[in-house]
Amino acid sequence: MLKAFASYMTYEFIGLDQGSRIGDVLNFFIYDTIKIFLLLTVIIHAVSIIRSYFPPEKTRKILAHKREFIGNILAALLGVVTPFCSCSAVPLFIGFVEAGVPLGVTFSFLISSPMVNEVAVVLLWGLFGWKIAAIYMVTGLLVAVLAGFVIGKLKLEKWVEEYVYQIKTGQGQQVLTQTFRQRLQYARWNTADILKRIWLYVVLAIGLGGFIHGYVPQDFLVRYAGNGNPFAVPMAVALGVPLYSNAAGVIPIVYALMEKGLNTGTVLAFMMAVTALSLPEMIILRKVLKIPLLIVFAGIMTVTITAVGYLFNAIL
Amino acid sequence: MEIKVLGPGCANCHTMEQLAKTAVAALGIEARVEKISDIQEIMKYTMSTPGLVVNGKLKHAGKPLPSIEKVKAMIKEEA
Repeated sequence: MLKAFASYMTYEFIGLDQGSRIGDVLNFFIYDTIKIFLLLTVIIHAVSIIRSYFPPEKTRKILAHKREFIGNILAALLGVVTPFCSCSAVPLFIGFVEAGVPLGVTFSFLISSPMVNEVAVVLLWGLFGWKIAAIYMVTGLLVAVLAGFVIGKLKLEKWVEEYVYQIKTGQGQQVLTQTFRQRLQYARWNTADILKRIWLYVVLAIGLGGFIHGYVPQDFLVRYAGNGNPFAVPMAVALGVPLYSNAAGVIPIVYALMEKGLNTGTVLAFMMAVTALSLPEMIILRKVLKIPLLIVFAGIMTVTITAVGYLFNAIL
Repeated sequence: MEIKVLGPGCANCHTMEQLAKTAVAALGIEARVEKISDIQEIMKYTMSTPGLVVNGKLKHAGKPLPSIEKVKAMIKEEA
């Protein structure tokens, strides 16, 4: 039905020739735009409702005194559904530490939260199909579990600012009680809020993707970063680390790279490097972590992301 | 009436403060709006910022921000 509507708009309403390049590009654009915004609206609504049941206070309770590894897995999964923005990173970190959530487990949460979320997954799903979306989600969680586990094993508690351990709030934070109606209302706001922030990037990605699809030669980038180049993954990660954006912002570039035949693992590693490591978040985390720990964190993330990039290029 | 806006200093926290002040002015009530940026103080109430506390009770925490109408309602509930 969507396909028919897009064709109607392109060829009947606007009146472009069927089979013409511009017609194809527009047809593809209309179809993809409607499809992806429908997906975004439905999925963000659903995730927001789930999210309203997992305030950080509850997540912390689940993770407190959990054994490592199991704790890392749980933390990575909860990172997907617990609402969190980097401006709350400091109170969240202190709250977790105070409640006895192990340092490595806290990191698994902090890593997965900005990297693996419904917006990233839906955009990848809508643009490249569910397989790529699933791969991104699974590898993203894997990176969060592994990196958090390694940080835990290294026993780096000494590089957490001392005052963090002195803060005693008695964990008396209030949790807002919500009726189901209020959760639905929250879901509606949250969806509107997210769409308002990302719509431009999404339209840009689809438009750019369609344009490249129709007009730029297939092997344009492959020559530089394709199969033949064993350093494609570390190069992509090295480029991605200093760049910072949320999942939606990086999607236009990801689409362009994918369209031009870069290996999936290389592109996903790039996307993870962009979303997971950011200077603004580092500056915020500096309030609770000493510089050596920030460096170790960035280093472990870079290595893990590079490793999963290679892994996927090898399997796919 | 005691209104506290909780936030370590991000853009959203600043907007929240403006919302609270506008709401108080629109309601024409006697209230003190205080911006709290001390972490220890914020964490007495919540881990998600920005937060809104009216007479010691947490009324909002985290993103997205409530609308001005919603903020007015939150204040009126405790008045």
